[in-house]
Amino acid sequence: MNGTPLRTTVVISNPQGLHMRPITAFVERAGKFRSAVYLSKQEGQRINAKSPLALLGLAAEQGTELILEVSGPDEQKALEALAEFLASYKTDED
Amino acid sequence: MLSNHMDIKRGIPVAPGVVIGPALVVDTEGYRIPQKFVDRKRREAEIERLGQALKSAAREVRATQEAINAKIGEKYGAIFAAHALLIEDPELVREIEELIRGKNHAAEYAVSRVMRRHAKALEGLDSGQFSARSADLFDIEKAILRNLLGSRSEPLQHLKHPVVVLAHDLSPSETATLDPQMVHAFATEAGGRTSHTAIMAGVLEIPAVVGLGRFLTDVSGGDEVIVDGNRGVLILNPDDETREHYEKVRKRFRSFEKKLVALRDLPAETKDRVRVVLMGNIEFPQEIKHCLERGADGVGLYRTEFLYLNRTTDPTEAEHVDAYLTVLRTLGPKPVVIRTLDLGADKFASAQGAWGVADERNPFLGLRSVRLCLRNLALFKTQMRAILRASAFGDVRIMFPMVSTLLELRQCKMILAEVKEDLEDEGIPFNRKLPVGTMIEVPSAALIADQLAREVSFFSIGTNDLIQYTLAADRTNEAVSSLYSPGDPAVLRLLEMVVRAGRDHNIEVSVCGEMSGEPMYTVLLIGLGLRQLSVTPHNIPEIKKIVRSVSVTEADKVAREAMEMETGRDVNNYLREITRRILPEVVG
Repeated sequence: MNGTPLRTTVVISNPQGLHMRPITAFVERAGKFRSAVYLSKQEGQRINAKSPLALLGLAAEQGTELILEVSGPDEQKALEALAEFLASYKTDED
Repeated sequence: MLSNHMDIKRGIPVAPGVVIGPALVVDTEGYRIPQKFVDRKRREAEIERLGQALKSAAREVRATQEAINAKIGEKYGAIFAAHALLIEDPELVREIEELIRGKNHAAEYAVSRVMRRHAKALEGLDSGQFSARSADLFDIEKAILRNLLGSRSEPLQHLKHPVVVLAHDLSPSETATLDPQMVHAFATEAGGRTSHTAIMAGVLEIPAVVGLGRFLTDVSGGDEVIVDGNRGVLILNPDDETREHYEKVRKRFRSFEKKLVALRDLPAETKDRVRVVLMGNIEFPQEIKHCLERGADGVGLYRTEFLYLNRTTDPTEAEHVDAYLTVLRTLGPKPVVIRTLDLGADKFASAQGAWGVADERNPFLGLRSVRLCLRNLALFKTQMRAILRASAFGDVRIMFPMVSTLLELRQCKMILAEVKEDLEDEGIPFNRKLPVGTMIEVPSAALIADQLAREVSFFSIGTNDLIQYTLAADRTNEAVSSLYSPGDPAVLRLLEMVVRAGRDHNIEVSVCGEMSGEPMYTVLLIGLGLRQLSVTPHNIPEIKKIVRSVSVTEADKVAREAMEMETGRDVNNYLREITRRILPEVVG
């Protein structure tokens, strides 16, 4: 790991929160990067964001503020792409 | 976080006994965890095996996803994409491997424990959105186990070690095939005291607790569990203290049972030498053995529904006669009360569709039991003929269930008279004085017991239905089951009315519902004036023991006290206390 991870704050915009479908999409995207990816709630425990189970356990609903941390060779690209995804993802049906 | 916490679940006790043993968790597909631990030398091989299973499980799920994408669209395949990712979840894999490496868990056991822990964590989340996902985890667990077990997943019949079977529910056929040598106890989430599973547990004499509510997320195959079939308790992962306590209970129960067996040849007689007739309830002819082993005075309730179930045609007269004679051959000269068909219309062959009653809105208040027989005389007469023919060979009595008016009873008797005439004409022998009785299980019948008593030679009070109809509460419905109480003052008053009507008209009155097999009500029933009880065979020794430990004078006093009480809870507390004083072992 090369030192302090990059971090940013994102707010979940999806009305249904971070549930199964957005989690699947997120994990698929995160898996494309070699960097380690973490998410946490304010003052919450940091979880491995490549783990769908851990993401489910976050139970992040719409409006939840999450801290995204990325650390590794492609951290800059990963941070941008994943933050953008979390902030803009909306379930398009249901 | 993965430590096994002790967990205590309460359900309905349906067959007595205390068992401590390893859990075998059966889900709807019958997977089970064969083995809990592996040799430490096998740990790396176990992790390798896990890796292969995860890989092929993920591959399977992705194949399903593609098939569904192609067939009905990507929207529907998406859930399988999620499942595949969950199977490959790095945290999940890490946790499972940790258990294998750190605790020598077998791969199956480790998978099951980790998945169930996560399922439980998800169920604990406030938001319904996320809690619904525990079902997905069960699907995934199955997919992984299927790959781990491969051809090693075995059906329940081929068990090699003694186990305690835990399931959501067991089908009657699954219950029937349980091997009592290997299945030492079972516990289910669903089911009630009168469910078929419960009845079969009694027949097989396997300690069992049903109606426990959800608990399968809290347990993994191989975990140590305790089933307390006396009190209706299931304990998952007992701590040392609890295990020790139950070891003692188990020993005490065994020696108590031995003492009870010694009672077999002693009469059911009170301390002041009043004889109480103690009969057995049976469903299958094979159960006669259980009755006789325990010194029953006869069979107070022979349910005949099994003759009609699980078949496409109604049973023939010969089939009826055959079953009844099997009972008589084993029973010898002792009496047997045969109850005519007591089922709802949806349950048997000839009614299917015939009257379009299969979709009754309220089957318990619908066309069932004797009401149905009176609408299907061919069916009714076939059974009556068989009962009459059997009456030539032993002390047979006939009993009509669910009679709710005097007119119904008279109709039944009239048809019986016709059948007798037919047999007479045909020169077939039968007992012309075949005793005819009616069940009292509808409140209206209890209220007109004095009128009914003039027309029959005995009553048998079916407390299960009487309580359910009196309090309008289904006891398998958790939301209202607390209303269902044999000790409720309304129930006691009805019992008293029926006993008085019987006494006034000098006919026998017996109780054949479960209330009669529950030790805490025995003293009350004797005090109310009952001298005949018919109970599940395994309850006979216990009830006899209580009968022999109390005098009628004492019992009268207890009944008077109970009749003065205002609530069912007061009555039950009082009776429990009285019973504890008389026979501490049975109240526990």
